[in-house]
Amino acid sequence: MSVDLEHYLIVGALLFAIGLYLALAKRNFVAVLMGIELMFNAVNLTFVSFSRFVESPNPLDGHVFVVFVITVAAAEAATALALAVLLYRVRDTIDVDRIDLLKW
Amino acid sequence: MQSAEWSDPPGRGGGDRLMDDTGTVVAFWLLSAITVGAALMVVAVRNLVHAVVFLILSFVGVAGLYITLSADFVAVTQILIYAGAVSVLMLFAIVLTPRGDRDNRETFLRLPALLLALVVAFTLGYVAIDTEWAISDREGFEETASVIGEALLDKYVLPFEIASVLLLVAMLGAIVLVRPESGVEEAPE
Repeated sequence: MSVDLEHYLIVGALLFAIGLYLALAKRNFVAVLMGIELMFNAVNLTFVSFSRFVESPNPLDGHVFVVFVITVAAAEAATALALAVLLYRVRDTIDVDRIDLLKW
Repeated sequence: MQSAEWSDPPGRGGGDRLMDDTGTVVAFWLLSAITVGAALMVVAVRNLVHAVVFLILSFVGVAGLYITLSADFVAVTQILIYAGAVSVLMLFAIVLTPRGDRDNRETFLRLPALLLALVVAFTLGYVAIDTEWAISDREGFEETASVIGEALLDKYVLPFEIASVLLLVAMLGAIVLVRPESGVEEAPE
């Protein structure tokens, strides 16, 4: 019994699917953001496991990419949560079903 | 929480047993069960604050998985940024929207989203198992921080600088977005 690349990839796939479900199906804006963060985590886990297992001249480039992804994800989270607070101030709700001014 | 319904992948070569000591195997299964189980609890719990707590648990589990992959720097960064900063931001967003919907309900897209998530999970899992990856037989990294630091200031110095500008812009944008209207005394809502 050993742990191989496939194990990590499947954990990443499961995390990504859970995050996708959260992002698509949840009613609360913050819960949607949680799903997006989970998807970022799944992708980062996949990067790091490829970096560990797969043949490459510069195996640590995957880690560098993960650092950039984390940076961009932090910027995204800050901006999106500010948008959530602003949306609440203007529309008094952060229920994505009720933000439908542009709906036909 | 059952996280792993796949079986051990059929022996591929057999020579590339990279991580077969008992501690690593036990740590992997435990951490992936914690990670996926906590992520499922984020979907299942009815209270958003509890959902954030389970999300933190999931982030910590991913950090543990990074450690089993000998990615020490990324693991510490994960704890600092995700388990520390991002989840606190989410808690702030929840408590700053007091009349928002606190319960963690789904929209009408629940069933299509579930189907799509299952299709994505099965497709990615199938591709992961089916592909012949070019597995190397190198050992785990000794330590990664110094190599990452050199790469950031040498080969990737341009993206590094752009990332700092991006962070600055995001910070300014967040401040400007939630700043109260100037000149008007905001009535407490």
